[in-house]
Amino acid sequence: MSRQRKGEVSKQDQPDQNRRDFLKKSAATAVATVAPGVVLHTAQATPRNEPVTDKVRWGMMIDTSKCADGCNECVEACNEENGLTAYSMPEGADESTWDQQRPKWIRTVKVQDNLTGHVTNLPMMCQHCEHPPCQDVCPTGASFRRADGIVMVDRHTCIGCRYCMMACPYKARSFIHENVDIKPSLAPRGKGCVESCNFCVHRLDNGQTTTACQDACPEKAIIFGDLNDPNSEVSQALASYPTVQIRADLKLNTGVRYSGV
Amino acid sequence: MSYRIKLKGLALVVLAMVMSIASVSQAGPNWRETTNSKAAESARSGGQCVRETQWMRNNHMVLLKKDRDFTVHEGIRTVDGSLSECVACHSNTENGKHVPVNAMEGPDGKQFCASCHAFTGVKLNCFQCHAAVPTE
Amino acid sequence: MKKIFYKEWGIDSPKYWLILAVLAAIAGVGGLAAFYMEHNGHWVTGMNNQIVWGMPHVFAVFLIVAASGALNVASIGSVFNKKIYKPLAPLSGLLAIALLIGGLLVLVLDLGRPERLIVAMTTYNFKSIFAWNIILYNGFIAIVAIYLWTIMDRKVNRYYKTAGMAAFIWRLILTMGTGSIFGFLVARQGYDAAIMAPWFIIMSFGFGMAIYILVLMDAFRRDQRPLGDAVMQRLKNLLGIFVAANLFFMVIYHLTNLYGTENHAFEAFILLEGGIYTVMFWVGQVLVGGLLPLAILFHPALGMQRSWLSAASLMVILGGLATMYVIIIGGQAFPMSLFPDKTIIDTGFYDGVGGAIAAYTPSLPEVLLGIGGVSVALIITVIGMRMLKILPVSLEDKIADPHSAA
Repeated sequence: MSRQRKGEVSKQDQPDQNRRDFLKKSAATAVATVAPGVVLHTAQATPRNEPVTDKVRWGMMIDTSKCADGCNECVEACNEENGLTAYSMPEGADESTWDQQRPKWIRTVKVQDNLTGHVTNLPMMCQHCEHPPCQDVCPTGASFRRADGIVMVDRHTCIGCRYCMMACPYKARSFIHENVDIKPSLAPRGKGCVESCNFCVHRLDNGQTTTACQDACPEKAIIFGDLNDPNSEVSQALASYPTVQIRADLKLNTGVRYSGV
Repeated sequence: MSYRIKLKGLALVVLAMVMSIASVSQAGPNWRETTNSKAAESARSGGQCVRETQWMRNNHMVLLKKDRDFTVHEGIRTVDGSLSECVACHSNTENGKHVPVNAMEGPDGKQFCASCHAFTGVKLNCFQCHAAVPTE
Repeated sequence: MKKIFYKEWGIDSPKYWLILAVLAAIAGVGGLAAFYMEHNGHWVTGMNNQIVWGMPHVFAVFLIVAASGALNVASIGSVFNKKIYKPLAPLSGLLAIALLIGGLLVLVLDLGRPERLIVAMTTYNFKSIFAWNIILYNGFIAIVAIYLWTIMDRKVNRYYKTAGMAAFIWRLILTMGTGSIFGFLVARQGYDAAIMAPWFIIMSFGFGMAIYILVLMDAFRRDQRPLGDAVMQRLKNLLGIFVAANLFFMVIYHLTNLYGTENHAFEAFILLEGGIYTVMFWVGQVLVGGLLPLAILFHPALGMQRSWLSAASLMVILGGLATMYVIIIGGQAFPMSLFPDKTIIDTGFYDGVGGAIAAYTPSLPEVLLGIGGVSVALIITVIGMRMLKILPVSLEDKIADPHSAA
């Protein structure tokens, strides 16, 4: 094993090595199989063993010309994957208030140019900036950027102050306003913390290389991959088409780039 | 920005509290003899999973606290303290369905976590976010 | 100027306990509201994913800013050596601590996970101004407590100038830190302005002085202690200057925004089209919080009357709350400028379809929590005045005024 901790019993001394391996494999398989509402993954679940490094930088290219009007597939896939629909409105809540309090990790936005009238559809989610304002403002460091470029919230340390939500230039973050009844095993989430798109980090850490939204998009408008690999699909797409960052003037060097905006 | 600055003294205080409390508590009435979780079956045949039992009783919180940083900040998922693996092993089944591992009622009384934590009065908030039943 | 004697607040015992009981009941209701919000989750409040900071933060930031300003009176005595302010210093210090604790309590009880406060106090990301504020707020309480000690205890009295200077500087940094909470945010057009830090300092002067005046006058009246014009006129003039300075900073902020086309939509929102926010701005922030008190305080006849001074102070406080509402909630309500020169015609996350502002209705638990915080501040003040020698026995002119002939 790559990680040796103080006090860890060395392998030779352990009496039940086979049992331990068996338990580990069966647990890994159990974890990789279907949780309520989770899309069935391919069986290749090889959980990561080594710490992440910045060798990989995860990013996305979104071709807005392919984003279909009225389509919500990416949103629904994300909601299923991360357990955002596994609960209902709390009893006694007002429907319209609740609708503004429910979490949204990805949303579709339809914009029209004021001068030309041209309409663009695009999905908007956490942009996984290289210099995220949410990371700058978090008092405990719970909002952080992982070495491989994923900006996420360490919910063990989040105190729920919502300052990152004030700071995010893309309004990408959501606050969990209610008790969560059904918790997805791979994407734990609970009341009182802030959350946002994490590029399906539980899939990436378990050996997959695609996000739920990417898989769901029928037009293949979302391309996800390693920005540091010049041969990856996303790098080649970014090299071929002109793309922009949203709010590029903030110089955040986002990991998500849009073409056609 | 890499890791947060931590007060070592606070960690030591927490560890001392955990050790002093946990060393007094017992793991509930005979859960090893009677329950049907994978961990109980393994314990009946003399096995152990992550660490030896007394070490776990004293230090499971330290293990969980370190491992959660490995998983969240470094993306390591194989760490044998992974909470979903604990839950998968330690939850009992009743009528074919898994009982939440922190439930106060179920086969043979309080379930695995509650059997100690109710006695020690240390509130668990793991399962406000983490699933208390294994995914199947 | 004669020697000043200090005495515990001497009102009748039943009256004192009644005041405490009423305040404790209000604070208790605030506590229940906080528990209700924490237990059920924030869905019971009016705050949502678009307006993430609501009434609790309006109250909390107001109290924290006022706390720093309440220390002003003591600073003028200790740092700037104005003798007439020296007897006023102990109450100033007590009020500063009380208001800060009240404000912090509201802030902390509104957290999504208030049980993790210990995490917030031991794990720091030092790029975050919030993290610095945690240190600044706690340090402020400690420094002002030490400062009070040097004022009130003869044995350490020789350190009071150092303590006073330290408290003064710390308080300026603290208020800058509070203003920078908003000033450092690039995301929203209403924030991202360097002027926020000094503007909050100027605001603090006004809010703190207004609260100080009200507490001083009420405490002295209830205990029938004389309060002369020499002191009150000075406090009145200071309040007027602070209100004028606040208006000045507000004008600069808006004029600068109005100059650049980039911010025209935001200014139109605040000044013209924002509905409740426009009303709060013009009526609350400008009129009630600025122009009316200014007119009263510098009026030759009205400014001389205690009742008008009280009214002006109350207006400044209400105007201050309105200012916080406009800045904090108005700043969030204005749709984020994700696509300049484009209009959003549909969105799954309330991004401001057609420029629509985000909806927010203050809910009862939020307001009760805020008022509970005010109550806690008053409880601390009342107990402090009763138990410690905070209030001078008399502030009549021949005792308090250093230039009086007697």
